[in-house]
Amino acid sequence: MKIVNLKVNGVGKAFIAKPETTLLLALREQLGLTGAKRGCAQGACGSCTVLLDGEPVVSCLVPAVTVDGSDVATVEGLADGDKLSHVQQAFLDGFATQCGFCTPGMIMSAEALLDRNPNPTRDEVAEAISGNVCRCTGYEPIISAVLDAAERARL
Amino acid sequence: MPRVNPIDTDYFKDERKSADFTVIGKTVQRSDALGHVTGRTEFFEDRSFPDLAHVKIHRSAHHHARIDSVDCSEALRVPGVLRVITHADVPSNWYVVLRLIGIEPNDEPVLAEDRVLYKGEPIVAVVADSEAAALEGARRVKVTYTELPAVLDVEEALAEGAPVIKQAGTNYFVYEGHHARRLRFGDVEQGFAQADHVFEWRYSSAPIEHAPTETTGCIVVPQSSGRLLIHSNTQAAFFTLDNTALILDRPFTDLQVKGGTVGGGFGGKVDVMVEPLACIAAMLTNRPVKFVYTREEEMQVSSPRAAERIYIKDGVMNDGRIVARKVMLYVDAGAYSRHSPYGTTKACAHLPGPYTIPNVYADCHCVYTNRTPSSAMRGFGVTIADFALESQMDRLARALDIDPLQFRLINAYRDGDMKAHRKVAEGTALIEVIQRAAALVGHELPDEFRVLSSSTPREA
Ligand code: FES
Ligand code: FES
Repeated sequence: MKIVNLKVNGVGKAFIAKPETTLLLALREQLGLTGAKRGCAQGACGSCTVLLDGEPVVSCLVPAVTVDGSDVATVEGLADGDKLSHVQQAFLDGFATQCGFCTPGMIMSAEALLDRNPNPTRDEVAEAISGNVCRCTGYEPIISAVLDAAERARL
Repeated sequence: MPRVNPIDTDYFKDERKSADFTVIGKTVQRSDALGHVTGRTEFFEDRSFPDLAHVKIHRSAHHHARIDSVDCSEALRVPGVLRVITHADVPSNWYVVLRLIGIEPNDEPVLAEDRVLYKGEPIVAVVADSEAAALEGARRVKVTYTELPAVLDVEEALAEGAPVIKQAGTNYFVYEGHHARRLRFGDVEQGFAQADHVFEWRYSSAPIEHAPTETTGCIVVPQSSGRLLIHSNTQAAFFTLDNTALILDRPFTDLQVKGGTVGGGFGGKVDVMVEPLACIAAMLTNRPVKFVYTREEEMQVSSPRAAERIYIKDGVMNDGRIVARKVMLYVDAGAYSRHSPYGTTKACAHLPGPYTIPNVYADCHCVYTNRTPSSAMRGFGVTIADFALESQMDRLARALDIDPLQFRLINAYRDGDMKAHRKVAEGTALIEVIQRAAALVGHELPDEFRVLSSSTPREA
């Protein structure tokens, strides 16, 4: 057991973690942030993607005790009140969601991409979300939405 | 970036009312999308409850075996394990989900009794304080078996001398006293005799897993009123409610299902797999209980689309008319019925495809094997049948050296045709769809095919 301090979506949080507590379960069950999903618990689906110090990680594989002092961004922190991020708005307008289960992870992967590369090609978008499984959409509307978000950010 | 959804308004002009199409062709925002993009959509597992207990399952290690003994003593010694549940704890252990629409017999146990019919069949459920303890408990259950010969192929299951795996006495579902769902129209043998050519080909498909990103699961919360509140990701809330109540042997009104938010289903979440055991666990411990499949369970034991094997034999004339079609279709239901008797009927209802053929004969078998039970998946019964039928159409066209679209237009059903199910075809549109598709891809059709319509009477 260890006390873990994190900055989550800009706010300081502390919680007690067992060695086997993953960042995903800490977020979901201890901090009440259920945006990140558990689709496989083995690093294969990307539904649990969050940003750890700006980098996308599959939070189901990150032991919470190893990230003490880190900065974590989740889907809940993207919108500014009612104002959605460009990626969120583009997903909404471009019908890039169906069941919505992959969406939070997908959006976090897309945010990470646009942070480091505001001008991605279609292939670069596909590459950036290649760790995120979507069983509903067929990916095309998602890729288009990310490109659309990049364009909105340039305006 | 608004989407454009053009509607072709040229076809069927006279059948269209001005008030039609107020939604189709327009861009309408999904009502749930805002929740999806903000992470606020509440999936069943996003709810938390104090004192939540967890269910995990000990499953069969064999495809077909007699169970000689079950020993739960070690499981009960795992710290955090609260209870084990065996078939003796299930008030009404045998069920078939389709009993709600009159399908019999109840052929599947919620938990296995003296026999297992597929690898991964649930035998013991373990309830524990934590997921880890439940998993460890399930691992510690000891079952001894005597292996029995397994049947893993539909045609082998029906062959003479095959081991009978089902209690009901046959390795096939019995349709009103018959070995298959049958279709008989005209005289197929006479059709073959009059045909210029007869062709027969075989098609087969493997099981397909839906693999929804959210695995199958539920949380059951006992209410102070004595009722059980079931938060579920089922695609079939009322099927779940009714079947669970029947299994629990409690009135329907004792249960409440909250659902509707499904993280991908595709038909994979219409069986009733997790709710009955979660309810029993909640009743026995008087605690909220979660039972959610691991990804391994979702891949291994959730019902896939059935594997099918389909033989199609056609008699055709040199001018392209199909005069006889005989189909032998086998649906691999796996070990238990689930939704397959219905899927097989759908396959039969879909034959001989959207074509007018005067002589049709089909036997559609719903076959039991020692494989993972299959069930619903997007258009089950129809999808694989269509793959076979349309592959057959292409092969026939090639064999006769006729353009494949023209070949379909020659045989396409039209309004007024008698279908093999003895219903008069009406509202048909296959001809128009083919014509439009041909135009869109620049596939030239001769005039005689361009002027055809679904209401053009067929020459006798
Ligand atoms: S839940 Fe983490 S990758 Fe699937
Ligand atoms: S929208 Fe359902 S998995 Fe992506």
